[in-house]
Amino acid sequence: MAGANPELERLAKQDYKYGFVTDIEEDRAPPGLTEDVVRLISSKKKEPEWLLEYRLKAFRRFREMLEDENAHPEWAKVVYPAIDYDAIVYYSAPKQQIKIDSLDDLDPELRATYDKLGISLLEQKRLNGIAVDAVFDSVSVATTFKAELETKGIIFCSFSEAVQKHPDLVRKYLGSVVPYSDNFFACLNAAVFSDGSFAYIPKGVRCPMELSTYFRINAAGTGQFERTLLVADDDSYVSYLEGCTAPQRDENQLHAAVVELVALDRAEIKYSTVQNWYPGNAEGVGGIYNFVTKRGACRGFRSKISWTQVETGSAITWKYPSCLLIGNESVGEFYSVAMTNNRQQADTGTKMIHIGRDTKSTIISKGISAGRGDQSYRGLVRIGPKATNARNYSQCDSLLMGDRCGAHTFPYLEARNPTATIEHEATTSKISDEQLFFCRQRGMNEEDAISMIVNGFCKEVLRELPMEFAVEAQNLLAVSLEGAVG
Amino acid sequence: MSENALIEIRNLHAMAGDTPILNGIDLELHAGEVHAIMGPNGSGKSTLSNVLVGKPGYEVTEGEVRFRGQDLLEMDPEIRAREGVFLAFQYPVEIPGVSNSHFLRSAVNAVREHRGEEDLDAIDFLSLLREKMKLVEMPEDMMSRAVNEGFSGGEKKRNEILQMLLLDPGFCILDETDSGLDIDALRIVANGVNQMRSPDRAMLVITHYQRLLEYIVPDHVHVLSGGRIVRSGGKDLALELEEKGYGWITDADAAQPPRTPKADSNAASAGS
Repeated sequence: MAGANPELERLAKQDYKYGFVTDIEEDRAPPGLTEDVVRLISSKKKEPEWLLEYRLKAFRRFREMLEDENAHPEWAKVVYPAIDYDAIVYYSAPKQQIKIDSLDDLDPELRATYDKLGISLLEQKRLNGIAVDAVFDSVSVATTFKAELETKGIIFCSFSEAVQKHPDLVRKYLGSVVPYSDNFFACLNAAVFSDGSFAYIPKGVRCPMELSTYFRINAAGTGQFERTLLVADDDSYVSYLEGCTAPQRDENQLHAAVVELVALDRAEIKYSTVQNWYPGNAEGVGGIYNFVTKRGACRGFRSKISWTQVETGSAITWKYPSCLLIGNESVGEFYSVAMTNNRQQADTGTKMIHIGRDTKSTIISKGISAGRGDQSYRGLVRIGPKATNARNYSQCDSLLMGDRCGAHTFPYLEARNPTATIEHEATTSKISDEQLFFCRQRGMNEEDAISMIVNGFCKEVLRELPMEFAVEAQNLLAVSLEGAVG
Repeated sequence: MSENALIEIRNLHAMAGDTPILNGIDLELHAGEVHAIMGPNGSGKSTLSNVLVGKPGYEVTEGEVRFRGQDLLEMDPEIRAREGVFLAFQYPVEIPGVSNSHFLRSAVNAVREHRGEEDLDAIDFLSLLREKMKLVEMPEDMMSRAVNEGFSGGEKKRNEILQMLLLDPGFCILDETDSGLDIDALRIVANGVNQMRSPDRAMLVITHYQRLLEYIVPDHVHVLSGGRIVRSGGKDLALELEEKGYGWITDADAAQPPRTPKADSNAASAGS
């Protein structure tokens, strides 16, 4: 763990704004992925037998996948050294007993960490009206606003708590959108997931506030395996915010999360992410591997799921928030800004699987590449044989800065119904010297000008974000582009 | 040279790539004056304006430019802008996705910050914007549209003048602002420029044609040819050029041996 001086030094250098490590004693499993570790995780969490069985099934499948090279997702256009899955610590938790009545009872060092991150729970409570389920390392330590949500029958808690208090709901929906065997990283997650968030919005309820979770990797050498499950029952609405920051370090960290969304009849889920994991230094050393499986099932008639993501962090981003449009007239949306600077790599996009009739999907993807960043948009639009009158509109725009970065578009279009309408537009552009000079002649410095032009480029996506997130995202884009010019 | 010139250009030589374009420009503008620079295509008019605002791609090989006594050529382009040097572009660029009002407010606040003034908040800015928009007869919906995107030629030029009105610069350069304008747009643009004429401000109006100068009447007219000022005079010089074309000056200039900058300025005053 870093002492005060290196920490100060790092902060002074301002390479990565959130680069620090908190000194808290940990309770951790030995490195390596064994059946014993899976059992340890499950017993630490006092999980019911069925959940342990679920984890063990996933664990066995994952061991098979490890042996089977075809099971590794090598189709993605990203390059990284082989991960030693037996060197990873799969469980760690702050030692402190987490039974708090008020925020004042929290470990002061933990509080200080939140302050550095700008997550003052009290402040958020008072100013923003946002319920925050803060994930610190692998265990949720504080959940606020719960009582207010409870009066409406809304359940919003850590995943572990949901397993204890609402086992039937968890059991009904866990793995129903992303099966444990879905893909390599989802399978790993299913075996060892640490904690995450659970939300259930009952019939006819419009969630009165944005539900928000802040994630943070903390223990050195620990992968984090978040599990999120959101269920919106008939005629309900929820907007969910997810934001990440991570401390600076030199070894790569694996983050393999799974997010499952279920929208029933006429329900709507809006899921927004601002992802700012540590991207590695300018030479590409360190940084998070962000291998995430996010999928939503529009099960109900006229249900709607909308993904909005702003991805500026991580050394490698591998992520395809998708929608299964099962219910007739259901709607899927994907709005994405992905930025790669220095040596960052991103292979991201979406899958829109049209199954029901009159289903509609929209894809707006904005990729920004600077430095030696490399990114790909990879998107699948599949219209099934029963999806009569399905419609898709896709727009993929890339903005390049400098001449050493890359942008690629891989659209996969499969229509098995002759009534389908699919539109795909793609553009690639550069910030021109003329635009930059025009801004400078009006008094703006180059970085402000670039930030303004980039935010303009991303406008169609940023306007989908809730207000407070949109501001944060704009700042993040500006910070992530520092040093991209010149 | 007088001590209180707002801008002094002395023996300015500049190259674009490997090609010498400006070959010894001497020019002095005092506060309150409007100077016109005329000249045939390729005479160096746009290069002069680009060099004054510090556009990359040009190299000053000799000479100096002082603005309010400071070395202008030492300053970064954005510092020149904040100090009060403004160029109305011949071809204003489009910036997709960035609303005109956001762009204008960013520019205004960048300049205000440099002057040690408080940022204008959205409401104060809007009232300032409305007031200035009236002067260039700009419809309000142009503020919510992206910068210059889908604007007609006339709208783009009006937008340039609007920026000039908002930024309140001490030295304005108008680079062929009349090009591509119909007579109504020309009148509106000229009206905006005339509103800016003040005893505290100097303007350099670069134009190929005399037509603009009927609306913006200059105090002095200079003819640029081969990267030098070959003739200077009053506003009547523009009329003479309109009548006779540039040939009678530039041919005469070409026939003369190269002159020192000092001789050049003598010749220029002799020409009026």
